[in-house]
Amino acid sequence: MSLLEIENLSLAIGGQPILKGVDLSLEAGEVMGLVGESGSGKSMTALSVMRLLPDAASAAGRIGFNGIDLLAAPEDRMCALRGDDIGMVFQEPMTALNPLKTIGEQVAEGIRWHTRANRADAEAMAQRMLERVGLPAERFPLSRYPHELSGGQRQRVVIAIACALKPKLLIADEPTTALDVVLQAQILELLRDLVVENRMGLLLISHDLAVVTEMADRITILRGGEVMEAGNTAETLSAQSHPYTRQLAMASMHVPARAKTHHAAGTGPLLEVKGISRDYPARRRSLFHRPERFRAVDDVSFTLAPAQSMALVGRSGCGKSTLARIILALDEPSAGTIAFRGETITGRDQAALRPARRDMQVIFQDPYGSFDPRQRVERLVAEPLHLLDKRPTPAERRDLVAEALHQVGLQPSDMQKYPHEFSGGQRQRLSIARAIITRPKLIVADEPVSALDVSIRAQILDLLADLNQRLGIAYLFITHDLTVARAITDEVMVMDARRIVESGRTADVLSQPRSQAARALVDAAPDLHRAIARRMREQG
Amino acid sequence: MTAYLGKRLLIGLATLLVASVVVFAILEILPGDPARLMLGMNATADAVEALRNEMGLNEGLLPRYLAWVGGMLSLDFGRSYTYSVPVIELIRERAIVSVPLALMSLALSTAIAIPVGVFAAARRGRPADTVAMAASQLGVAVPNFWFALLLVYVFAVWLRLVPAGGFPGWSAGAWPALKALILPSIALAVPQAAILARVTRSALLDVLGEDFIRTARAKGLPRGAVLWRHALRNAMLPVLTIMGLQFGFLLAGTIIIENVFSLPGLGRLIFQALNQRDLIVVEGIVMLLVATIVAVNLLVDLSYAIVDPRLRTAR
Repeated sequence: MSLLEIENLSLAIGGQPILKGVDLSLEAGEVMGLVGESGSGKSMTALSVMRLLPDAASAAGRIGFNGIDLLAAPEDRMCALRGDDIGMVFQEPMTALNPLKTIGEQVAEGIRWHTRANRADAEAMAQRMLERVGLPAERFPLSRYPHELSGGQRQRVVIAIACALKPKLLIADEPTTALDVVLQAQILELLRDLVVENRMGLLLISHDLAVVTEMADRITILRGGEVMEAGNTAETLSAQSHPYTRQLAMASMHVPARAKTHHAAGTGPLLEVKGISRDYPARRRSLFHRPERFRAVDDVSFTLAPAQSMALVGRSGCGKSTLARIILALDEPSAGTIAFRGETITGRDQAALRPARRDMQVIFQDPYGSFDPRQRVERLVAEPLHLLDKRPTPAERRDLVAEALHQVGLQPSDMQKYPHEFSGGQRQRLSIARAIITRPKLIVADEPVSALDVSIRAQILDLLADLNQRLGIAYLFITHDLTVARAITDEVMVMDARRIVESGRTADVLSQPRSQAARALVDAAPDLHRAIARRMREQG
Repeated sequence: MTAYLGKRLLIGLATLLVASVVVFAILEILPGDPARLMLGMNATADAVEALRNEMGLNEGLLPRYLAWVGGMLSLDFGRSYTYSVPVIELIRERAIVSVPLALMSLALSTAIAIPVGVFAAARRGRPADTVAMAASQLGVAVPNFWFALLLVYVFAVWLRLVPAGGFPGWSAGAWPALKALILPSIALAVPQAAILARVTRSALLDVLGEDFIRTARAKGLPRGAVLWRHALRNAMLPVLTIMGLQFGFLLAGTIIIENVFSLPGLGRLIFQALNQRDLIVVEGIVMLLVATIVAVNLLVDLSYAIVDPRLRTAR
């Protein structure tokens, strides 16, 4: 008998079918990877096992856990299982902890609830568990609050909560998606160790094929609520016999076709960043002392040629987004100057910045958050047009919007729609349309594809590469994802602890990193080729 | 923590300063000569002038403002123009009615609102929730004086449990005095409780949608335990804010209820003083109310910091 046996699980929410006859099994000490794109039903499968589905959901089929039929179990039985025999780790560590309770209380709470241990014993156990997940008591006493921890540390606390009572089954739903690659590697290693130590079964849910390949013994591929393919990780991914598996694998490794960049000779650099630093006032210790200063960016200099595509990579918190804001003149540097097309843009007033803003646009990470939901696409995409010296007439405006939509592969008729009528990938196309409508020379893109599914990500990367070729737009890509940097940039700068520590041609830096920070990023980055090769050796 | 509270304290003091200037200026602009009012229409111009000099009304604005503020700092609010007694005496007499009334109403409204709000949130969308919310809608909509009359009819006239109005004074003993305040405090508390229950419910529902609630459920806590242990404290911030605002109203905005029950409270005092152009009384009460509200807000800020550890370390 398997530890977890999901048989013919179907789920509907408000009459809308979400899962259609899902089968899945997991043995003790085994890692099962559940892979699929957003909306495929991965999370709903996990929540069905936990019986924490939304109220409107109705499930049918059978979920066997250690001989218990979970779907038929009464609620108090489920409460006894949750947090004791079955633990769960969620995607978003920043919001997964109660902000008003200490980490000690939160880890000890489940222990006390299930074992009826007294406070002192439960806290001693919580302490040991926190130590096990890499939060030693000297630096992370039980009295810490979540807001005093970073994202990676909070995820360790969530794992400590889930594993405190040595569950037989751990469900991890995108446990590392919100973390940078170095933290991701650490958390994955921690999960792997816990599986080995306690012969725990791990159901690892991810959209990232490379992560799952590195972790999972077996893999189940889900699409539209149905299992497409299931089997040994190595066999499934090396044979790629199912067309959807092949499609996912291809999309994960997709590199857009790019001709060699034509450096316009003779012209000066497009963007020249010289000695930029940015200080923020740190927390005030007293009303009467000057607050200390916290340096977010330290003496950064680089140049970007016209039509060049450059990546700025680094771990979260290294200062890359602050630098981007300064380049976009959304924030003032404390020291240093930035010249765009030979003209200094630092310290200029808003009116003087207009020509620069017109030629420098931005694409943000989250295609959901960057549009006003109550405005039509026509107005949203036309927004940057107020930067033009001559105001376009309504007819001209419509033509420009139609042209921009056409450039990004959308229909001119889409301009009458509202943002919610588009999928995530289409929305990112809209933000690209908005960015190119003024015919900019430079686009700063802050993690432009990290919120997208792999197949959509491949399409957007193609589009960005194509715009670079056709319109000669230069890019500054800000990302922690080396596959993106590798796919679409010529040059890369590695930022670590406020400074740029390495720069060079993308292929060189990523194949032979010289600095420690760059090496850490390269080593931690999941790579599907490498992962499949290792799996093949292990699984034969 | 100290920096946070120090900043709040400074803001409170600044509020008091601004309020004193505004109160002083408005009453300065209003027509009506207090000296003339005190002496009546038939007084001679000389007599009025003599009284004006005696009251210091002929001095410049700034000296008068400073003298007024200085007096208040030593709890000397001046003498009432109409009653010729110290203003602080008048206020004290009324406050011993209004302050207990406000506190009773606040306690009652909290005791009703929070359980109702929690109950409704826990049964969101089910009949119990609908009934609770319909009742609270009614509580908000019904004017409190009408509700007060209803209470008087049922409990005073019909059942004869409590007096219909008036206040025997604390010298008559604690129980008769409290008994006189029971109906007014219910009349004041019910509409406040209705608002507070809705705020509690919606704040709780917001919190129940948060990720950490799911984490708590995944630990094995049943719904009820999650509600009490994790959701309620997080939902307290908006509830505390509303409670602070309501207390200010309960202290001085109760003139209609005081009239219905013939209670000698602050609300009626300020109303009478305004009618009689007894400006010095008005000034005194308004400043005292501003000070109370500033103090209550300071308490609310302090309770925020107790509830939320993030504020303790905030700048």
